[in-house]
Amino acid sequence: MLRVFLAVLRRELLLVWRERVDVLVTLAFFVIVTGLFPFGVGAGAGQLRAIAPGVLWVAALLSVLLSLHRLFERDFAEGTLEQLLLSPEPAVLWVLAKMVAFWLAAGLPVVVAAPVLALAFDLDPAGLPVLAAALALGTPSLALVGALGAALTLGLRGGGMLLALIVLPLFVPVLIFGAGAVEAEISGVGARAHLLLLGGILAAALALAPPACVAALRMVND
Amino acid sequence: MLAGRLAPWCAGLAAVLAALGLWLGFFVAPADAVQGEVYRVIFIHVPAAWMSMFIYLLMAFWSAVGLVMNTRMSFLLARALAPTGAMFCFVALWTGALWGRPTWGAYWAWDARLTLQLLLLFLYFGFIALTRAIAEPNRADRAGALIALVGAVNVPVIYFSVQWWSTLHQGASVSFSRAPSMAATMLAGMLTMALAAWAYSVAVVLWRVRPMILVRERHADWVVRLLAEERV
Repeated sequence: MLRVFLAVLRRELLLVWRERVDVLVTLAFFVIVTGLFPFGVGAGAGQLRAIAPGVLWVAALLSVLLSLHRLFERDFAEGTLEQLLLSPEPAVLWVLAKMVAFWLAAGLPVVVAAPVLALAFDLDPAGLPVLAAALALGTPSLALVGALGAALTLGLRGGGMLLALIVLPLFVPVLIFGAGAVEAEISGVGARAHLLLLGGILAAALALAPPACVAALRMVND
Repeated sequence: MLAGRLAPWCAGLAAVLAALGLWLGFFVAPADAVQGEVYRVIFIHVPAAWMSMFIYLLMAFWSAVGLVMNTRMSFLLARALAPTGAMFCFVALWTGALWGRPTWGAYWAWDARLTLQLLLLFLYFGFIALTRAIAEPNRADRAGALIALVGAVNVPVIYFSVQWWSTLHQGASVSFSRAPSMAATMLAGMLTMALAAWAYSVAVVLWRVRPMILVRERHADWVVRLLAEERV
């Protein structure tokens, strides 16, 4: 069982490595979206400090959203997906492996880059570890829920917009607690409760999203 | 068919109840001591908000039944419910905005309930858009059912999280629980309107689901016979 997981994980990571420019594009997108806000809102230091957690979280959420099409689309087009679904191995395993690889390629760079960008927004240094921790706990949930949306909209016309419409309302709880964690830490309340809730959401998503995703992928090939 | 015979009755019932409710609401019920006449919006607002949430739960319920029991009718019912739910959701938001301007001084506030309602509207839109975008009926049914269930999990999460978040970070947010206790006629008017909304929903959903069934079952014997009779 573990062999299937590791084999698919290795394949996915190899594909990511061969096309590593995609990771850089995701990262560049994250930076540039974040960079738009000082232009739009104005560069007053107090103002930027106040909006920094929210802006970074929204940018992280959009980067994950716009990477989602990479998750299943190519495998669907070339037939790998059908082969995987026909294989006797439990589908939940390789779907989970794909999700993990996807997060490593699209989520982890954002987690690493966010604290650096937060410094540019003059965020209180006390909030930086919490920001990274909240993103590290929150973005995997985004990847898991997003994968379900990607599976549901696989191969449809206008898939991108539809995916956003379906997935963004589901991202809202993560956004609330993620941005809330940083603000709570800075205001002195402590981020513990927020981080625990993010962990709870991640645990629930980890348990529920892969089987739901498998069900959605089977609908595509029926 | 039962749906065809039931729908006009429900529509008639809805019209009668709505007329009665509106009469109670606008002519019998006294003006509110604090808010004056503007409070009368609640006779439409509250039933619409109730229906919008209840219809979503109903949609999720039929979706679950469809996925578990593999019955085609329940998928069709879920899909027929969605536009009505979205309509009530929109009405609740719109009348709320009209009421909010004179009483809160703003059309919109990022209060817990408002945000919840807005997200509910987007869940409806997502469901409708997804089921319309998929051409094969089987996949459309199942994909829609799955997303309706996921949304149903999400609704309480949003509800509690936003509440929690606003108690931490916002000062006084406007709360519906502080509403003054109502006069009996006001309550009667509101409940009548709620029943009218119920009857309306049943009628419209039955009307909407009938052609859907006919299209889906167009190769079945009874539909072919029915259509032949119609033509004569």
